Amino acid sequence: MSASWATVIALTITTIATKAVGPIALGERDLPGAFTRVIELLAPAILAALIVVGTFADADGDLVVDARAAGLAAAASVLAVRRNWILGAVTAAAIVAAAVRVV
Amino acid sequence: MGGQGEGLHAGMRAGAPIALASLLLGASFGVLAEPVMGTVAPIVMSAIVFAGSAQFGALAVLAAGGGAGAAVAAGVLLNMRYLPMGISIASSTRGGWFRRGLAAQPLIDAGWAMSHRGDGRYDVPYMWGVTAVNYPMWVGGTTLGVFAGDLIGDPDRLGLDALFPAFFLALLIGEASGRRRGWVAAFLGATLALSLAPVTPPGVPVMAGCLAALIALAPAGERAP
Repeated sequence: MSASWATVIALTITTIATKAVGPIALGERDLPGAFTRVIELLAPAILAALIVVGTFADADGDLVVDARAAGLAAAASVLAVRRNWILGAVTAAAIVAAAVRVV
Repeated sequence: MGGQGEGLHAGMRAGAPIALASLLLGASFGVLAEPVMGTVAPIVMSAIVFAGSAQFGALAVLAAGGGAGAAVAAGVLLNMRYLPMGISIASSTRGGWFRRGLAAQPLIDAGWAMSHRGDGRYDVPYMWGVTAVNYPMWVGGTTLGVFAGDLIGDPDRLGLDALFPAFFLALLIGEASGRRRGWVAAFLGATLALSLAPVTPPGVPVMAGCLAALIALAPAGERAP
């Protein structure tokens, strides 16, 4: 079996397991309030981490400021004017990042 | 079941704009994967792994000449955030262990964040809805990229790698607005992730960023560290 197919199969199994383990292990039991409060803050923490890694880290993990940062700035500007205009923000990010790469 | 159907449809509507991004990103995955993995494997990968960052991460390892072990390790690390995300939706899933595990399979970053309803609750059918419109676009986009790679060229030239950070920013603003602790957690998560990025394998920074949520355990009213 080629490395590609071995990767596909192994990643399929591990992805399914990673997603399922929380719901299977914890079940429907009521969780303590402190746990709920931590879960409340998971979304902002993970989203922020995804944003900065996706924008400022290159393939080797080194920190860089490139066209993606310009794209993110464009998205932030759009959202500052219209908070819920997700499509506008995403489009602006792609256009600005592409434009910066042309220059 | 009426409530469930409502959530599903609302999620499908809300997921439509992201589906466009998924199509474009899926296409860029296909373009980049075809020379490394061939024609069929990338499409099958998108269909059954269905985890964008892990697919790109594993592909980068294979493209650099790495073996399957290293590629899988990269993908697993990039998927580690699904662990806390799965835990967070656990109490919002229903049924026996199999149904709960199955309910978590349509978990994707965007749908997960969008289905957050406060108080640690998640609208799981809504999350399914977001994925239901994204899945065909991701797989279709990959297929398109695999077969039309020569026409598309270098996907980064089109600014596609800026799509998801922008999208996550919009979600973050919705998620954290009006909650000081939300912004503190976001700031800490970003700082942790950025400081770890240069020294840890890909995937670890985002996983570590979720530790910022632990500031919720600080006593109320006290300034978070």
